[in-house]
Amino acid sequence: MQLNRLSVHQLSELLKKNEISSEEITKDYLQHIDQVEDDIKAFVTVTGEDALAQARSVDEKRSRGEELSPLAGIPMAITDNICTKGIKTTCASQILYNFVPPYDATVTERLKGAGAVLLGKCNMDEFAMGSSTENSGFFNTRNPFDLARVPGGASGGAAAAVAAGEAAFTLGTDTDGAIRQPASFCGVIGLKPTYGYVSKTGLISHASSLDQIGPITRDITDLALVLNVICGYDSKDSTSVSVDVPDFKKNLVCDVKGLKIGLPKEYFETNLSPEVAAKIQEAVRKLEELGAVCEEVSLPHTEYAPAAHYIISSAEASSNLARYDGVRHGLRVEEEDVLSMFKKTRSQGFGDEVKRRIMLGTFVLSTANYEAYYVKALKVRNLVRQDFDQVFKKYDLLLTPTSPSTAFPLAEKVNTPLAMYQSHIYNIPVNLAGLPAMSLPFGMVQGLSVGLQLIARPFDEGTLLRVGYTLEQSTDQTRPEPALSR
Amino acid sequence: MSKYEAVIGLEVHVELKTKTKLFCGCSTEFGKEPNSQVCPVCLGLPGSTGVLNKKVVELATKAGLALNCEIGTYTWFDRKNYYYPDLPKGYQISQVFRPIAYNGYLDIDVNGQTKRIRITRAHIEEDPGKLAHSGGSITNSLASFVDYNRSGMPLIEIVSEPEIRSGEEAKAYLEKLKAILEYTGVSDVKMEQGSLRCDANVSVRPVGSTTLGTKTEIKNMNSFRAVQRAIEYEVERQIAVLEYGDKVVQETRGWDENRGITVSMRNKENPDYRCFMDHELTPIELTREWIEEVRATIPELPDSRRKRLIEEYGLPAYDAGIITSSLALAEFFDATLQKFPDAKTISNWMMSELLRLLNAGNMELHQAKVTPDGLASLLNLIKKGTISNKIGKEVFEIMFKEGKDPEQIVKEKGLSQISDAGQLSQVIAEVIANNPKSVADFKSGKEQAIGFLVGQVMKATKGQANPGVVNKMLREELTK
Repeated sequence: MQLNRLSVHQLSELLKKNEISSEEITKDYLQHIDQVEDDIKAFVTVTGEDALAQARSVDEKRSRGEELSPLAGIPMAITDNICTKGIKTTCASQILYNFVPPYDATVTERLKGAGAVLLGKCNMDEFAMGSSTENSGFFNTRNPFDLARVPGGASGGAAAAVAAGEAAFTLGTDTDGAIRQPASFCGVIGLKPTYGYVSKTGLISHASSLDQIGPITRDITDLALVLNVICGYDSKDSTSVSVDVPDFKKNLVCDVKGLKIGLPKEYFETNLSPEVAAKIQEAVRKLEELGAVCEEVSLPHTEYAPAAHYIISSAEASSNLARYDGVRHGLRVEEEDVLSMFKKTRSQGFGDEVKRRIMLGTFVLSTANYEAYYVKALKVRNLVRQDFDQVFKKYDLLLTPTSPSTAFPLAEKVNTPLAMYQSHIYNIPVNLAGLPAMSLPFGMVQGLSVGLQLIARPFDEGTLLRVGYTLEQSTDQTRPEPALSR
Repeated sequence: MSKYEAVIGLEVHVELKTKTKLFCGCSTEFGKEPNSQVCPVCLGLPGSTGVLNKKVVELATKAGLALNCEIGTYTWFDRKNYYYPDLPKGYQISQVFRPIAYNGYLDIDVNGQTKRIRITRAHIEEDPGKLAHSGGSITNSLASFVDYNRSGMPLIEIVSEPEIRSGEEAKAYLEKLKAILEYTGVSDVKMEQGSLRCDANVSVRPVGSTTLGTKTEIKNMNSFRAVQRAIEYEVERQIAVLEYGDKVVQETRGWDENRGITVSMRNKENPDYRCFMDHELTPIELTREWIEEVRATIPELPDSRRKRLIEEYGLPAYDAGIITSSLALAEFFDATLQKFPDAKTISNWMMSELLRLLNAGNMELHQAKVTPDGLASLLNLIKKGTISNKIGKEVFEIMFKEGKDPEQIVKEKGLSQISDAGQLSQVIAEVIANNPKSVADFKSGKEQAIGFLVGQVMKATKGQANPGVVNKMLREELTK
């Protein structure tokens, strides 16, 4: 039995029936990590000993007959910008290379509480800035479908780990599509929840008004199980929204009859690879076959969204990253005086992309440029939101490609930051509007997976799951497996 | 008349009286071991998220209302970005764009005139940490230490319009402000513990001009008197600079208390704080009803209390002004009055003895041991004639220092007044015998000689003799 090809709910069934122990599953995963990690490089830190201890503790609880969560004993991994108590949390940055938080993020706490077993911390673009995980301050992660290609970013390690069978599920973070785009490149499912639905306490901020933690899984059922644990109000996070969290398993039904799905024409126009477009059209036809009504809609301000997003996220990042100054934690470069210490620490500790964004953010927030750039970007953000509000008056869901192309080769875009940024153009408006959106694999093009993006109204993750589940059950296109796995 | 006019605006930072910090649950207690009252939030550790302390909003609203401000029903927090080692997050959370309170005023009394100073805004912000340098400053120290206990302490910054014209007005403004904040219970207003700090923006311009001159900002003033002196010095300095034909440089200046001068600290190159909304914190939304509920909790304020002391008890305006300048004094007065219903006598004692001793010891009322009950029973002892006014002052000093009951002090020290003719006749006989010249003077019609003789009896009885009785007995004896 290839344990690492099973989904969370399948593993959970085996555990429940006592056909296998969590320790056995965890060992299997750790062994598999040993085998493939040299090629994939999905992890910044692997915590094997801790994982086995946690697994044994869950096994004990099970043997005592305790009622356990479906995630109990399931090996997971968490992106390295989400705090884990006593375990290095680096944001894949040299500036935090040695940072060991004395606390767990709320999501970490909730998953631990559910008994999930932490295998380690996933590689990412430094401070979640990038689209290929080539901006990691440590090393590149590779795409499990083609080691010469990128896994996407910024949560590239988290997506690659699930795709390569190195973790049953992972958590990533999404500021500009950084869960959905790598999920699409790696042939797995990634969901960015509604802003405020999942607590951000313990998430190391990139751009506070846009960041959201979300799950990456192998199938829709797993997605529901993880959302059941991580969603919900947290009094420690001011941005957390107090709303009732439904049991997401109830959305695991095959039914899209009468569902009104909008196809935003702006997402099918620019730079979209014809092969990807063809796959998305195939998905549209499938949904129509199953009774959904798909119609072209317009989100007229889409073309301005990436510029606005780049300005807003850089502005917030320039402020959020100011605390890495060598005074309290992380890297400190010794210098004669305090100002030189600040400068040298930040010069050495941050990579090029991070520096680029700090400079851009500092520029757009400066008094002379504030109105012309930052305020203008906020206005665009409002227009983008209004576009969605309009469309969602009539449609239940929007369907788009996740990314204009499949995974691109390593080093192809690393020197052209704007081209790199373009790989998120279909994801970015969603972050500006704070909406929930999911990327679901739909078929392959030349051995690489294609991602389908579904966007819903705020707090309507349920509809994303229902449509995803319907597609998953009705076609064989949603479970691409990389040949790499043993 | 000077041909120049001073234009002064004050920025006052007031620490709010809360048990916990602005965005976390750390204690705000003063004087604890450095870095013992910190958590990931106030240390700005990666991933930490803060949650607004509701009490801060209540106190800030209360302060705003007491300063006649409008209160914003929808306000938020902004970040002021700059680099300094005492700033854990690399930015300070403040309210730059939408302060919670704005458009207020404060009436001050200077030279018998009431003047209205408008208040531009009062906004909530967090305190950064505190630096201690092994050398003189951060640039020439071998090591600097940071205490983050103060990081995240809740402050309101109260900004006046530049409508203050002299150091004296500035002092009056601060005293009134302090009293209001104390009365409302918004702050401890202890300058020595840094819970009230003041910076002054000072410029001068030719009388009649409506444009502002170049200003300097004065810091490091640790008493109201220092504020007054620093402003007076700075105004003179700027006038001298202009008279000499030079230009005033825009800069931050420190007040050197010992030398009595302001000194240049650093040139201000228009710092660009790159302010923008903090998206990790929820905006503050207040309802009109809630604001009115807060308004209802504001107690009688100094002006109205002062008016009451004048109108109800007939106190002189000056006395009433001083007594109501601090809630502690005003409450001391009221409490004493409950037990000894003679307002003017109490006021006299407070104005002379109590304030004299407080000033001499550079103390606040709470540091003195004397209680309103104690003062009332002392005044009763004097009224009954048990002790003289003079002895009363001695007893009061002991009460002030030791807090003992006056009757006990009088008993222990044997200070009771001697009114008994039997006890006094012996002393009077001796004084008459020993002072033949004065006796003769009196008999020849020099009325003032009796005063000297009374004094001699008082001296011989160590002040315990009842002067009235002595006077009467002496006259009887000398006119026999």
